[in-house]
Amino acid sequence: MTQLKKRMVQLEVLRYDPEKDKEPRFQSYTVECNEEWVVLDALTAVKETIDPTLNFRWSCHMAVCGSCGMMVNGEPKLSCHAFLRSYEGVIRVEPLANFPIERDLVTVADDFIDKLKRVKPYLIPKEKKSIAEGEYKQTPAQLMKYRQFSMCINCMLCYAACPEYGLQPKFIGPAAITLAHRYNQDSRDGGRNERQEVIATNEGVWECSFVGACSEVCPKAVDPASALQQVKVASTIDWFKEHLLPGGAK
Amino acid sequence: MSRKPFVREVSKTGWYLKHPRYMRYMSREVTCIPIGAFALLLVCAVERLAQGQQAWDSFVAALTGPWSFLGMAVVLAFSTYNATNWFNVTPKAMPVQTGEEFLDGKYIVGAHYAVWAVATLVVLFFAGVL
Amino acid sequence: MAKSNKPIFWSLFAAGGTLAAFLAPVLALLFLMLSLGHAPDLLSYAKLHAFAAHWFGKLFLLGVITLFLWHAAHRLRVTFFDFGLRKDSLVAIVVYLVAGIGTIVTALSLLRI
Repeated sequence: MTQLKKRMVQLEVLRYDPEKDKEPRFQSYTVECNEEWVVLDALTAVKETIDPTLNFRWSCHMAVCGSCGMMVNGEPKLSCHAFLRSYEGVIRVEPLANFPIERDLVTVADDFIDKLKRVKPYLIPKEKKSIAEGEYKQTPAQLMKYRQFSMCINCMLCYAACPEYGLQPKFIGPAAITLAHRYNQDSRDGGRNERQEVIATNEGVWECSFVGACSEVCPKAVDPASALQQVKVASTIDWFKEHLLPGGAK
Repeated sequence: MSRKPFVREVSKTGWYLKHPRYMRYMSREVTCIPIGAFALLLVCAVERLAQGQQAWDSFVAALTGPWSFLGMAVVLAFSTYNATNWFNVTPKAMPVQTGEEFLDGKYIVGAHYAVWAVATLVVLFFAGVL
Repeated sequence: MAKSNKPIFWSLFAAGGTLAAFLAPVLALLFLMLSLGHAPDLLSYAKLHAFAAHWFGKLFLLGVITLFLWHAAHRLRVTFFDFGLRKDSLVAIVVYLVAGIGTIVTALSLLRI
């Protein structure tokens, strides 16, 4: 039987107790880990063996639910997807950037949820069909137009990475606009005009300056930066149509 | 249990210093300064050209020398940096779908570099350099 | 929230950026040679004047200079915001005004050639 290699890991974790603390402070933990563990495992070991008051979100432990986003050495990561073997020395763990801290590593995600709702991230069928009339059909080529953007797990790492969101909290942000684009590109969908009212605004796609950090940190290769540039192109074509064509074609 | 969410301040003037990724972004953005300055120089150039031979000649004389060389070198460097960045991200803004596949970005980027090479050669030819 | 009017400036930025990507380096190179005292033929008064006198030359010069100006103006607007100068409306007015004046001056100069 192979012996599992162990490793002593030192974590510097940003703590915050809203009932006691005026502001967050770092707390150091040294915990024995297995070599192949991820940061989430280390945090769990801390909670189970050293400090049960440590708070953090997690669920699937396999990078599909989007719950465990946090800053690891200043980089937005899913803690279940941040392997200890990638880090040397002290590992600094902080709550996801650009969101208010609720408690310890738990952030207030309300702003993102609100923005997600505003872009209407659901199918608004072009032609409504009753169940009796059968399925909405779609070719593989039509699927490919939006498939990549449907992979978003709403983990908010892109919001943590986006400097424009940090500077302008009203910005609707990468994931929400990407999801709007995902539905706009869906051949079954007819809700584009409604979504454009939300995303073709100064707080929508026009706050984006194509930094590209969102796509660099996305754990599911959604490439939100690409989606936002495509939205800019489409919105620009709309603008010219509305302003130059008689009657303003929609 | 009382809630008191803590908002971490983001430096409005120094945020880009915090990560190499942001420094790369800012260095791409500031290419607009030399390019803008160059554009304003071209505005002056056309103005002087319209004023006649003497005006143009004194314009050329003013642009001869080490400071001008330095300035043009900066414009050359920054505009080249802008060009390479621009070409590399073009496939993101305009993906080309052929059937069920997307055209590999490297063809779009490659085509841009090819056009860049041709445009450069054409201009150099018409300028009498080649 | 009202739809943005940024598209018009963004399209000028995008067109100008593409043109600048293809042409700014070589044009800078021509002026670099000029600074060394080896001005290319095209930058002599005779050749350049003849070029600008032709309708194609006028179109080329107007197009290149105008798009470079509006590209730089819009990008500078965003860059000021990123550097912490957040009076976006004021910055926008200033940069677009400069680009606009540059455009008009170029057009008027070319008309005199």
